[in-house]
Amino acid sequence: MNQERHILLLFPHPDDETFSAAGTVMMHKKKHGTKVTVASLTLGEMGRNWGNPPVANRETLPLVRREEMANASEVMGVDEIRHLGYRDKTLEFEELDTVAAHLKEVIMDVNPSLVITFYPGLSIHPDHDATGAAVVEAMKRIPENERPKLHTKAIDARSVEEIGEPDIEYDIGDWMDRKLEAIAAHESQMQEVTAITKQKLAEGDEDTEAWIRYEQFWIYEL
Amino acid sequence: MKNIQADAVQTALNTFKGQQIYVHFELTNGAYAAYRHGKFQASGGFVRNARVNVLHGKISGDDPFRVGLKTEDGWIFAEGLTAFEEKANESLYLYGLDEQGKLSVALQLSTVPFEEGVDTT
Ligand SMILES: [Zn+2]
Repeated sequence: MNQERHILLLFPHPDDETFSAAGTVMMHKKKHGTKVTVASLTLGEMGRNWGNPPVANRETLPLVRREEMANASEVMGVDEIRHLGYRDKTLEFEELDTVAAHLKEVIMDVNPSLVITFYPGLSIHPDHDATGAAVVEAMKRIPENERPKLHTKAIDARSVEEIGEPDIEYDIGDWMDRKLEAIAAHESQMQEVTAITKQKLAEGDEDTEAWIRYEQFWIYEL
Repeated sequence: MKNIQADAVQTALNTFKGQQIYVHFELTNGAYAAYRHGKFQASGGFVRNARVNVLHGKISGDDPFRVGLKTEDGWIFAEGLTAFEEKANESLYLYGLDEQGKLSVALQLSTVPFEEGVDTT
């Protein structure tokens, strides 16, 4: 595992950061004392899951998810959280130029050694793809000698076929329980997922274990 | 949030009569809802802060419920409504939630605009 000074996670929805990189973050922190900033473009305002029974409505969901993200970040040991103020589901309709300029500012200000985001075009949800695309554009605008590394998460089933095997795979082994704890902190969204995942892990389901245990990234060459 | 009580909803709808209100209307089957022919297909949409002048509104049906609002320029219609929340003389939120509590339809009516941007502090 490379030593990183500071990791910046740039993701559109509260919970993306946890699923994508909880173990990676915790391992870097433990091993090298890496500083970690999480920046969330939206608050997942348009989520369909409000808990069962509901703990939120359409108007209070962003407040609930902000709180949940703070709780998950605490589990992961995140040092700083930033909310970038976009609205769920609308990212692909913003001007790419505007979002890229904004993200460039955020990256320059945080000054990380590594940025992690979604791989544009292979991340299923339009907000995921739009975030990846805006981060790539933002990174291109940073002079090469100041530019951090960029690692991306591809989640589409076609990913390996399209861009090859991931360049990096962390076996987060010992950190699985804490990752599950961080996932569970996104309570309004993850009640069902947490219950099913725990049950499958208890049954020894290998796919579920692999899904939680191996965090894979593709190095993005700009 | 409570299960819809038709009387309470009708009373709330009546308070919007003759008023200009803001509407948040939304339908969704979720962004991860369906893979059709191996391809991902979400359906849905939303309108936030549309302004309409209400002539009258009615609730109909029996769990799930339907609500229709006749407006100065046309109509608003929603079905599959199961739950509601209200703030007296200000807002009425109507939702359709499925068995797992997942949202499928939302119709929110308010005399004050819904929040747009997000507080980034
Ligand atoms: Zn997401």
